Amino acid sequence: MAKYIGKRLLRSLLTLLIIITIVFSLLRLMPIEGYFENFEKLSAAQINVGLRQLGLKDPLPVQMLNFWKGVFKGDWGVSHKYAVGRPVLDIIADKVPVSLRMGLISLGFALLLGLPLGILMARSTRTRFKIGDKLGTVFVVIIEGIPAAIYHLLIQFYGSKLPGGFEMFFHADKPVTWILPIFSLALGNIAYYAMWLRRYMVDENNKDYVRLARAKGVSGGKIFSAHVFRNAIVPLAQFIPTSIILTLMGSLYVESLYSIPGMGGLLVQAIQRQDNTLVQALVLIYAAISILGLLVGDLFMALLDPRIALGKKEGDR
Amino acid sequence: MDEKPILSAKDLELKFTLRGKVMTALRGISLDVYKGESLAIVGESGSGKSVFTKTFMGLTDANGAITGGELRYKDQDLLALKSEAQWRKIRGKEIAMVMQDPMTSLNPLKTVGWQIQEAVELHQGLKGKTAHAAAVEALRDVGIDDPERRFGQYPHEFSGGMRQRVVIAIAVACKPQVLICDEPTTALDVTIQAQILGLIKELQKKYKLTTIYITHDLGVVANVADRIAVMYAGDIVEIGKCEEVFYDPKHPYTWALLSSLPQLGVKGEPLYAIEGTPPNLFVEIRGDAFAPRNPKALNIDFVERPPFFEVSPTHKARTWLLDPRAPKVEAPERIRHLKEEGVSLRVQ
Repeated sequence: MAKYIGKRLLRSLLTLLIIITIVFSLLRLMPIEGYFENFEKLSAAQINVGLRQLGLKDPLPVQMLNFWKGVFKGDWGVSHKYAVGRPVLDIIADKVPVSLRMGLISLGFALLLGLPLGILMARSTRTRFKIGDKLGTVFVVIIEGIPAAIYHLLIQFYGSKLPGGFEMFFHADKPVTWILPIFSLALGNIAYYAMWLRRYMVDENNKDYVRLARAKGVSGGKIFSAHVFRNAIVPLAQFIPTSIILTLMGSLYVESLYSIPGMGGLLVQAIQRQDNTLVQALVLIYAAISILGLLVGDLFMALLDPRIALGKKEGDR
Repeated sequence: MDEKPILSAKDLELKFTLRGKVMTALRGISLDVYKGESLAIVGESGSGKSVFTKTFMGLTDANGAITGGELRYKDQDLLALKSEAQWRKIRGKEIAMVMQDPMTSLNPLKTVGWQIQEAVELHQGLKGKTAHAAAVEALRDVGIDDPERRFGQYPHEFSGGMRQRVVIAIAVACKPQVLICDEPTTALDVTIQAQILGLIKELQKKYKLTTIYITHDLGVVANVADRIAVMYAGDIVEIGKCEEVFYDPKHPYTWALLSSLPQLGVKGEPLYAIEGTPPNLFVEIRGDAFAPRNPKALNIDFVERPPFFEVSPTHKARTWLLDPRAPKVEAPERIRHLKEEGVSLRVQ
């Protein structure tokens, strides 16, 4: 197991290296405007000096090496457009906690509501009229079928008119203003988890081992908790770590709706304003967390399913 | 066999509702099972073998309902059991089941020990260490080596035959009175089949189990059963001791079934197959259900359902041919001398 994790980490690192090399090289093809705050007013000589100072006149391999050195030393360069002169890591460090907090709370809600809803729907399929399942399906279809932008808008528009101090915009020091965006963020995930858990549970429920458990005399409730839910959660578990880590990235749409100073939209802005250092840093972070999420997901699943033997070849026993 | 049956069905009728249409899966079936005996129910797919035995445990699918007849276990009226909680006192504890496919009938994410212990804790009131010990004992009982170590392993670490042993261990661990084996060897290798049948027989003796086999493999039947019940279209058409049904069959369906034995095939000729298809159970059946496929059917076979005629105290068949007024129709030539020819039905 340890050997497998080591191997996977090394491979992840290699993937990261390739991604960033490609991004780094592509960014060198970008116009050099992105490195200067007021490019139009500068003379050719000034630009030259500036580029030399940034090390951009060095041969590409040297630039690359310097970039990697910087990454490991914690010096990821400074922003030239978005917040002139600020280290990009500072910019990101300011925004991550906001997104992370909102994201984790909403994900917590999504799991807390979505999983029980899925269980309820699955259990309801065993009843005569399947009312719970039908109502749940209506909810899931509405949420999954309507583009998120529409219900986000509706929630903001009508939610902020409700009594209780809800507002159109987010204020970090007024927790009540967090409720609407968190609700918006959670809604899609609630439907997602309910839908998939229901589906996997119904699948499991029709398997022979459930029939055998019934024939053994195990009660319906215990079959659902010890057998059906336990087995249905495995395929879902793989994506939970990724969902957690992805909350770092924030939500582009919800954050801009409520003017939340989070990560969502930072990459878009950085690209639009050609802030090359910031783009570079963000792509590196996004790639790293995606890779990490998959790795943790795989490990998590192996933990839950004894049939998955990591690091063994087919046929090893 | 004049003692009271341990399990008794009388004129049991069961109907399924499928998309608004009603299908009669069991058409007034009667069967007495006696303590300690080994009974095999044979019949083709769809004849209602599994549906019938599932009613003994209250495991009929949700769209099925028993619409008539009686079903008793010892002195208990099983049809009076309404709630799942009442049925759970029967399931596993009094009547246990071994299912067809050992590859899928164990939970892949639980150790085999856990799955045996679950049953033991439910029905024997044992907990913790004693339950663990009982589960290990059950594994040893079914011939699994090194049961202590095997206890902690998962189903995927067992071969098919070993898994079926585990399934049997689960069934037997609670010391049930009746063991229903629903095609226990169909999914197994031929070499493993004999071992598993041997194991069930051995456990039957050891624990004085009453066993009911469901199978369409006559070889299995010959190997394990004291009595055979032949099912066709939701009813038993002939029942008797093993030798009686094999060597002196009376019902045309039993004739046809035995004629299809591959052992009787002649090299170069196609194997015998019964003409036609089983009847549609969505429409009401008149007369003898097998009549349309029986080339020698009598006129009355299409009009009135035959009653059971007794051939011997232990052997009866539901066919008008046994009526004293019926014309004499002999069993087909090819199965008339099964005994003399010593056709081997046994699994080697």
